[in-house]
Amino acid sequence: MPRSVRIKDHHAETQLFEQRAAIAAVIMVIAMGLVISRLVWLQVVKYEYFADLSQGNRIRIEPIPPNRGLILDRNGLPLATNAPSYQLELTKEQVEDIDATLQGIAAIGLIDPESIPNIKRDLRGRRSFDAVPIKLQLTELELARFAARRHQFPGVEIRPRLTRYYPLAESAVHAIGYVGAISEEDKKRLDLDDYAGTTLTGKNGVEYAYENQLHGKAGFQQLLVNAQGRSVERIGDEAAKLERREPIAGNDLFLTIDQRVQQAAEEALRGQRASAVAIDPANGDIIAFVSTPAFDPNLFARGLSRPEYLALTEDPRRPMYDRVIRGVYPPGSTVKPMMALAALEYGIVTPENSIFCRGAYRMPGVSRPWRDWKPGGHGHVDMRKSIATSCDVYFYDIANQMGVDRIHDYLEQFGMGQTTGIDIPGEKNGLLPSTDWKKKAFRRKEHQIWFPGDTISIGIGQGYMTATPLQLAHATATIANRGQRFKPRLVRAIRNVTTGEISELKPSPLPPAHVNDPSAWDVAIGGMYDVANAPYGTARGATANAPYKIAGKSGTAQVFTVAANEKMKKAGDLAEHLRDHALFIAFAPLDAPRIAVAVVVENAPGGGSAFAAPIARRILDVYLLTPEQLAEQEAKKKPALPVPVPRPGDTE
Amino acid sequence: MSVDALDSSRTQRTLTGTARLLLALHIDGPLFIALCMVGAVGAIVLFSASGSSLNMLEAQLMRFGLGLTAMIMLAQVPPRIIRNVAPMAYVIGLIMLLLVMFTGDIAMGAQRWLDLGFVRFQPSELMKLAVPLACAWFLHERPLPPSLSSLLVLLLGIGIPTLLIAEQPDLGTSLLVAASGGMVVLLAGLQIRYILSVVGLLVPVAIVAWHFLLHDYQKQRVLTFLDPQSDPLGSGYHIIQSQIAIGSGGVFGKGYLNGSQVQLEFLPERSTDFIFAVVGEEWGLMGLVTVILLLMFVIGRSLYLAATAHDTFSRLASGSLALTFCVYVFVNTGMVTGLLPVVGVPLPFISYGGTAMVTLMAGFGILMSLCAKRKLVSR
Repeated sequence: MPRSVRIKDHHAETQLFEQRAAIAAVIMVIAMGLVISRLVWLQVVKYEYFADLSQGNRIRIEPIPPNRGLILDRNGLPLATNAPSYQLELTKEQVEDIDATLQGIAAIGLIDPESIPNIKRDLRGRRSFDAVPIKLQLTELELARFAARRHQFPGVEIRPRLTRYYPLAESAVHAIGYVGAISEEDKKRLDLDDYAGTTLTGKNGVEYAYENQLHGKAGFQQLLVNAQGRSVERIGDEAAKLERREPIAGNDLFLTIDQRVQQAAEEALRGQRASAVAIDPANGDIIAFVSTPAFDPNLFARGLSRPEYLALTEDPRRPMYDRVIRGVYPPGSTVKPMMALAALEYGIVTPENSIFCRGAYRMPGVSRPWRDWKPGGHGHVDMRKSIATSCDVYFYDIANQMGVDRIHDYLEQFGMGQTTGIDIPGEKNGLLPSTDWKKKAFRRKEHQIWFPGDTISIGIGQGYMTATPLQLAHATATIANRGQRFKPRLVRAIRNVTTGEISELKPSPLPPAHVNDPSAWDVAIGGMYDVANAPYGTARGATANAPYKIAGKSGTAQVFTVAANEKMKKAGDLAEHLRDHALFIAFAPLDAPRIAVAVVVENAPGGGSAFAAPIARRILDVYLLTPEQLAEQEAKKKPALPVPVPRPGDTE
Repeated sequence: MSVDALDSSRTQRTLTGTARLLLALHIDGPLFIALCMVGAVGAIVLFSASGSSLNMLEAQLMRFGLGLTAMIMLAQVPPRIIRNVAPMAYVIGLIMLLLVMFTGDIAMGAQRWLDLGFVRFQPSELMKLAVPLACAWFLHERPLPPSLSSLLVLLLGIGIPTLLIAEQPDLGTSLLVAASGGMVVLLAGLQIRYILSVVGLLVPVAIVAWHFLLHDYQKQRVLTFLDPQSDPLGSGYHIIQSQIAIGSGGVFGKGYLNGSQVQLEFLPERSTDFIFAVVGEEWGLMGLVTVILLLMFVIGRSLYLAATAHDTFSRLASGSLALTFCVYVFVNTGMVTGLLPVVGVPLPFISYGGTAMVTLMAGFGILMSLCAKRKLVSR
């Protein structure tokens, strides 16, 4: 043992402790002495300086809000810009009686008396020297009215600010979104230091999703202000110290939207409750994104009054509702190409197998028949022809053979029943049913059972199945691309305003849809080509004469179930809200697809091929044709677009 | 008449009834009175700082009462029991810290609270007491100054809870927990050469902490401390405004309820971490020095009591509690006056806020129990 065992020596320990405690006490006295000398320095030596700052003249920090980034279409056409406007701002510390001031301003009609509690709540959360906007975008008249009585309202000032301006108003509003006053909810999400001096923030669509790109960074400047809060220039060494940091403007966004196509689609859908989406199959770029009716986003940037807001939200036509990503509809016959691919994948049929369609499908043991849309039937149809004629019986049969779970598993690969992942919020899932789903969806045991009959309706995109127009366009793009999928997107590039540098965003591929035999695509796409071109194709009227090759599929989704035995009623006889939805999906050109489109018209006066197909055709034309070709085209068919009348008996 | 009877009647005359009661309750009179004075000053200042809010004043007084009760009750617990409970309290505290890490509630962006069903509780507060007590327990039967192996055990025992709390993130409390453990080690007679090598180690540790451990907002505080003007809208705002408040108070202050920085709400967090600046603006240098002297008396008296304690455990534990209180005071006044970076440490007994006050009072209760003059108990 090299070292002796140490034993406790109580006396020595006590001494050690006392020595340490004494040192600690000395250090404490030194530390607190430091604090006190600091206090003497602050309160005695620099007293005048700080007393000045706090009482007479002091430095006020005024934030300089950054310019919000622009939103441009794919060719650089501005969709959202900034425009100068005047707003009324109130600075708490300069107002003696906030209640009286607000009531006074309400009395001259600049603010709504009902909004006073809201304004006060907003004021409470702000620092006393912050200028808080209480009324945005003053009109000339309001400006004049306030200017005349300005002396009555110390602490309330008119300030020029940049506000959001949407030059095309309603156009593409559901994609672009809009900005509105920063709410309590927004405050939780945003870094308020960066929003000092900013009144508006993105509320929806691209404006919301890309807020941190668009917003930029606030700057500030120091002002010398006197006791009344007015800015003063002071002589002496104070003025030299005033600092200023420039704000950093937000980044500009280039959308994937082609405004020319967008506008054409909007015109074609005008007056309907409808939506249309066009996607570039090669990268997921959204070329057009239309949901009608729409609304003017400039109202939100200005600030809506309560009645204006209620008028928007309670309009039965629901203009605020984004039908493209939130509307869910039975896809109807537009699912048939996917259904055909599924049947080939599972080896249920070969493309050449044909059936004889008598106009109704019977399942063994069930007396009720499932009717075809065409009362007499289509006769002999193989797979391609059954797509082209939209033969329901063929698809009842293959759906019945596959069973719902296999259909579910295959269609899932095309993005059905799940969000596509588009870069704006609020997307709905739609519903791709399965036996599992039904078990979870219904509480009562007897409702949870999946009946074979449920599957049969799924074969023609009815029953429980629903999809959003975006999902349909995405699935169409996937077919056009022979399985390759891309996440749909609205923003293709971001421009850094300071450096001018444009960074293109990479498309995001999704797991591809699988086929065992690539020739399956030829069958499905061939069927869609026949829909648009064959003499028996359902949509030939709208699509056959195009200067490029179109592949498409019509769909008519039943809203109101006509009893099977009853004679099929004509769409025109039903009340409007009970009429069928008209759908059409298409892509073109056939051999090298550049655009895939889905059109859904709610309660349309005609079926998919009669009503939705011409709209899809118009979108394809505007995108694919040169202006000269387009003009030529217009000249050819004189009674151009106006609502085609459905032929009797043809609901498909 | 016996001598005894004469003796006792003389004693009766010299001791007032109150003093006898205090002695019987193991309460140290001077410390008790000083604490009550600090509490009273705190209540007066808080009323002004809160914008004359009676609700906040009432809440603060309730907590002070609760703290006093806790203090008196803990002073009755025999030192032997405190010593034996110390390691258990430490282990329980550590388990709860881990629980908080995985399941805790998040309030104000930090994960500090543990919901025990009937009460929400910050385990880090328990650790402020458990860490120094456990360290003192660990050392009390070992020869002092501690050996290297003991020091390594202590380093782990202090380091783990400190890191767990720093991760929550609660830099202020983790600092106090580390300090409370470190004080025990220093008081136990840590050799000078170790102290020097720890100081040497701090540099690389600081570099690692800066790059890997500190959250952005904590780094921001340090950066802002170095140059408050760099971010006058954000974190620099606190320091600038608090210095204006203190400086403009001058020698005698602007008068109670008359501080413009305070009453016009220029000064942020004026009722919590920055309440010292309220004293400075309204009561001036005189007020601040009075508060500092009161607090220093509390620290000095506690240290004196610690030095007179009978056994090693009591000395180490109560010495550490006294010095940790000193760290509290120095860090808070230092940060409010711009000497130190802003870490969230309240001014004890004066800042508004519940748990910290009760913990502190409990600490003083333990200190009084450990240092009470007893008839040779728990050797």
